[in-house]
Amino acid sequence: MTDALVRIEALHKRFGANHVLRGIDLAVARGEVVCIIGPSGSGKSTLLRCVNMLETPSEGKVYVDGVELTDPDCDLDRARTSTGMVFQSFNLFAHMSVMDNITIALRKVLKQDRATAEAKATKLLTRVGLAEKAASYPAQLSGGQQQRVAIARALAMEPKVMLFDEATSALDPELVGDVLRVMRELAEEGMTMLVVTHEMDFARGVADRVVFMDAGVVVEDGHPDQVIGNPREERTRRFLTNVRDRD
Amino acid sequence: MSLSRRQRLRLARGGVYSATVAALVLILLAVDWGALGGALFKWSIVRDQFPDILTTALRNTVIFTIFGFIGGLSLGLLLAIMRLSSVKPYRWFAATYIEVLRGIPLLVTLLILGFGIPIATGWQWPNPYIQGSVPLALVAAAYIAETVRAGIEAVPRGQMEAARSLGMSYTRAMATIIIPQAFRVIVPPLTNEFVLLIKDTSLISVLGVTASTLDLARFGRNGVNDTANATPLVVAGLVYLALTVPLTQLAAWMERRSKAGRR
Repeated sequence: MTDALVRIEALHKRFGANHVLRGIDLAVARGEVVCIIGPSGSGKSTLLRCVNMLETPSEGKVYVDGVELTDPDCDLDRARTSTGMVFQSFNLFAHMSVMDNITIALRKVLKQDRATAEAKATKLLTRVGLAEKAASYPAQLSGGQQQRVAIARALAMEPKVMLFDEATSALDPELVGDVLRVMRELAEEGMTMLVVTHEMDFARGVADRVVFMDAGVVVEDGHPDQVIGNPREERTRRFLTNVRDRD
Repeated sequence: MSLSRRQRLRLARGGVYSATVAALVLILLAVDWGALGGALFKWSIVRDQFPDILTTALRNTVIFTIFGFIGGLSLGLLLAIMRLSSVKPYRWFAATYIEVLRGIPLLVTLLILGFGIPIATGWQWPNPYIQGSVPLALVAAAYIAETVRAGIEAVPRGQMEAARSLGMSYTRAMATIIIPQAFRVIVPPLTNEFVLLIKDTSLISVLGVTASTLDLARFGRNGVNDTANATPLVVAGLVYLALTVPLTQLAAWMERRSKAGRR
């Protein structure tokens, strides 16, 4: 447990009377890929958003790379540079070109000069297969392309861990593959990843561990073949049956 | 009477139309156009307005407007951000400010600040441009703040979240991500705000003017006193239109373009 890159302890989150997270303990080791699955409303996105403090936990502690983000004295702006986040709705900056989307934080937060930042952005765009789109604006790209730019933007900051919040849920089915391929490559390169997803094949094929959440608690946590292939808990089994029926 | 609904509508429309035409014809016949033209638009007086109406009056109107707008925009931006702040006292202050200054007529605010403050404190406004522009800017800020707030709220939440997730501070995210996108939405309404301000400068002369600080409206009024003819005011009105019409057209064009762009 000591070399866990992300450590979540006794985490609770309430939105008014709505108790969304009810005591979560979770650790992600360096280089590990953990997929979080579960029905909508189970709190999995909220949990992910607590890891970079986009949501402030009501109770409990969150550590990333040894830094306690829930410490009131923590410099969150600085701490957030060690987590990269990819959103369901991409959230590319609509008024900026693809190049500027990737370089803006490098230049303004990490204070890199433009040439250094752009060289890095070009390398990352090539890697996600979009080198020729550097001058395009988000509105000119397909959802899948936008999401790959968003991944490049997050990677540019050289985060210690990547958080994916249903990164493929808003995409047309034929565009999902390209994004999943990029995520798979990232996992193979050893990136630490915490992935909230509905893609069971991806979870089974790529994850080192799968966490099943329901009603704000972790119900089951284990190897993908066990959690998805042969779940111990009745709730997990019911969820997986529903997911398969839908497909 | 068994008229269909459509027939009745057509009849009513025809009635209104012919009544309008009849009224116009009556006006055309009843009015002494020669006398009216002589009193409202007498060429010799029109010529006399120039060049002073441009070099003094228009210049002053533009100066008041620009000072008022720059001040109003800066303060309005600040108020909009305060209005959206998570800090309650900021929100309260901004909400009260906006409510109070939008609730009092500009004329009254001008008199309170322009005359009331010096009387109450013994402090004097350093010059008439500042004395006129500052109250104008303070009032404009209240209106602009609401426009800017609507623009900021129109930017999707995810933009702020993405910026924060990259390590940007709230202030930096506002300045580099949110405000620039908000401005795309609010440039047309801000242009209309600017047009209102041009017209509002006509009230500043209640604070008293010297020959060099005359604005368009006061210039026209003085002209009426000098000539016993309304032509100077009509010319002033036309100069206002020369300023405002292109701007409102520009705002409408930008609005159409941004709507087309979003589709």
